[in-house]
Amino acid sequence: MTNERSHIISAVVLHRPGVLQRVAGLFTRRGFNIDAITVGPSEKEGIARMTIISRGDEKVLEQITKQLNKLIEVIKVRDLDPPSTVLRELCLIKTHAPHEKARSEIIQYANIFRGRIIDVSPDNLTIEITGAPDKIDALIDLLRSFGIQEIARTGPTAITRGAKTI
Amino acid sequence: MKGSRAIIQSLTDQGVDVVFGYPGGVLLPLYDEIYDSDLRHILVRHEQCAAHAADGYARASGKVGVCIGTSGPGATNLITGIATAYMDSSPVVALAGQVASHLIGNDAFQEVDTLGITMPITKHSYQPMDPAEIPPMIKSAFYIASTGRPGPVVLDLPKDVQEAELEYPQNIIIDLPGYKPTKKGHPLQVKRAADVIFKAKKPVILAGGGVILSASSEEIFKLSELLGAPVTTTLMGKGCFPEDNSLSLGMLGMHGRKVSNFLVDDCDCLIAVGCRFSDRTTGDVSKFASKAKIIHIDVDPAEIGKNVPVDVPIVGDAKIILAHLIRVISQMEGTQKKNWTQHVKEFRKSCIPRLSFNDVPLKPQQVIKEISEAVTDDTILTTDVGQNQMWMAHYFTSRNPRKFISSGGLGTMGFGFPAAMGAKVALPEEDVVAVCGDGGFLMVCQDLATIKEYDIPVVVCVLDNRYLGMVAQWQKLFYEERISHTKLGEVPDFVKLAEAFGVNAYRVEKPGEMKETLREALKSGEPGLIDVIIDPDEILPMVPPGCGLTEIVGEYKIERDVPGEIPYQPSAAEEGGD
Ligand SMILES: Cc1ncc(C[n+]2csc(CCOP(=O)(O)OP(=O)(O)O)c2C)c(N)n1
Ligand SMILES: [Mg+2]
Repeated sequence: MTNERSHIISAVVLHRPGVLQRVAGLFTRRGFNIDAITVGPSEKEGIARMTIISRGDEKVLEQITKQLNKLIEVIKVRDLDPPSTVLRELCLIKTHAPHEKARSEIIQYANIFRGRIIDVSPDNLTIEITGAPDKIDALIDLLRSFGIQEIARTGPTAITRGAKTI
Repeated sequence: MKGSRAIIQSLTDQGVDVVFGYPGGVLLPLYDEIYDSDLRHILVRHEQCAAHAADGYARASGKVGVCIGTSGPGATNLITGIATAYMDSSPVVALAGQVASHLIGNDAFQEVDTLGITMPITKHSYQPMDPAEIPPMIKSAFYIASTGRPGPVVLDLPKDVQEAELEYPQNIIIDLPGYKPTKKGHPLQVKRAADVIFKAKKPVILAGGGVILSASSEEIFKLSELLGAPVTTTLMGKGCFPEDNSLSLGMLGMHGRKVSNFLVDDCDCLIAVGCRFSDRTTGDVSKFASKAKIIHIDVDPAEIGKNVPVDVPIVGDAKIILAHLIRVISQMEGTQKKNWTQHVKEFRKSCIPRLSFNDVPLKPQQVIKEISEAVTDDTILTTDVGQNQMWMAHYFTSRNPRKFISSGGLGTMGFGFPAAMGAKVALPEEDVVAVCGDGGFLMVCQDLATIKEYDIPVVVCVLDNRYLGMVAQWQKLFYEERISHTKLGEVPDFVKLAEAFGVNAYRVEKPGEMKETLREALKSGEPGLIDVIIDPDEILPMVPPGCGLTEIVGEYKIERDVPGEIPYQPSAAEEGGD
């Protein structure tokens, strides 16, 4: 579709069993796409914040927000404006590091990307990195040549910049 | 008190006096409480009928209908009925038994993930894990089912929670921070709509089921009068505007009336109220009302722009918005009445379907005509799905809301009869007639036992063509007459079938008999079944799937000189013309 792009949808929901299933089920049933979904407690007791990354044109996005809003346990939904949004993802990367040279290169890359080494074994390093998804992608690309063994990504979570809340 | 007692107390608090249900192992605690409660319980013979009956009860009365099924197969048997209610926005609360909470997830005997299965076909669902949750959950369930855009709510009730003790609260507080249906329309949008309508030369009002749900028939009538605008309806909207009014166009869509389809195609302003532009209503959306500015009034914001692009959306309660809109338009300087009214009326007259036929086997038109003559404005008519439904929608003249009940969105065969049962339980004073196909009725015929045992005097008219007529129709039109598995054959004998249940049975074969027999059956005050032998070859013209509304296949049989179902005075222009 013409103006299809990736959207960051932030939803404030009741923190109850089944909410994630309702949201995920809605996306499958209506044929909406989900690239990523994260959920966790919010600033209010009993309320969770969900961040959904979805692709679609304006019409699809309008349907997504409206259909989400119809769920009884969904309190608020916003399609966040990327320039005024902080988007972060956590990623853990386990990579081969069989010799000293590789090890120091990996550590340098990690430092440049403000990552941290969180686990070391004779043949491996595990790096923790947070950042915008494209930054994480870039680090992963750099590390490929060393032989990545495992990647665990949380999917992005997001919040609006400045004093504004949703 | 016990959880099971709290369930009944909560239902009673909500004004429930009757439930349609079927017991089972995990429901023993609940049924033990029902045993000495004042709640009227109607034991259906299949859970699907419990759900349809609750739905029919809701559609006829406007109140929430309640059905009950046990865990596992009981719950899955409710599903079709819940989905039917969901598609047509009918307020139903379905109680399902569930295995004891410590067994959930173990694939216990008769365990099924009822919440998971029903999630996409309910407005909401609850599963109390603590008996103290029962009162607020039931109260919320009724509130959610009956407000905003109504819909079914499921309560999944684990056996141990029914047995556990709780303190029944004095005040039941419900907190639904994510549920606030919009009532009033945005004043600016109302003004914009009024401007569009005022400027329009050829407006048409399209009224859907939402008009009935929001009780805005009167407002639709006033708006039509104010503008001289014709009113067409969806299947779900049938009855919200008197179809014998000279501005009524009847049903729109795939099986709609020619006059509706053509005038919607021609109009320059479509005022759509409480409808969702289903594919059966619009035909090819790219050709739908392509010359019109579309105003869409609906309580569900997600319906706006979902299927058809809209020029002026107004979200809120149709009754409030229409009243507001009428006020604004009436205060505008100039004339509100449109000149095209005369054209509409004349076109309408030229399309009045012919209903009188002397043929044997009976033509469905003649049958519907005689049904119309046998009933009153207060009679509730339900239909099943298929040709029988479309004939009723097309040929039966409805004059009042909540008197024509049919499964629209899901198109559920087997709906008509149990829905009639529910309607009759809701309104025992009114006559209730179910018009069914032979195929659809056979799917639920076991519930003849229920109407007999509980003396629920509905009359079932089986339009007996020995075919899955609607599917056979498509095979004839679009699949080179390859009648693949749509011929039903010689059995059953519907008269004998009804008699086996002790239900009065009649057979109708010739013109004139239907009216007499239906009158007699209704007058008897007893449950009845009329087997109506009809012509299997009669086909209603239709818009093939994927076509625009004016691309109708087949010829309408028009009533010109024989007085039709709608009496009229021919105008001078018409007498001289065509
Ligand atoms: C439960 C269900 N199964 C299948 C269909 C598909 N279907 C639609 S109409 C129809 C034929 C209905 O036959 P009958 O009840 O005899 O009515 P008729 O069309 O002959 O009036 C069928 C099979 C359906 N709508 N519902
Ligand atoms: Mg049939």
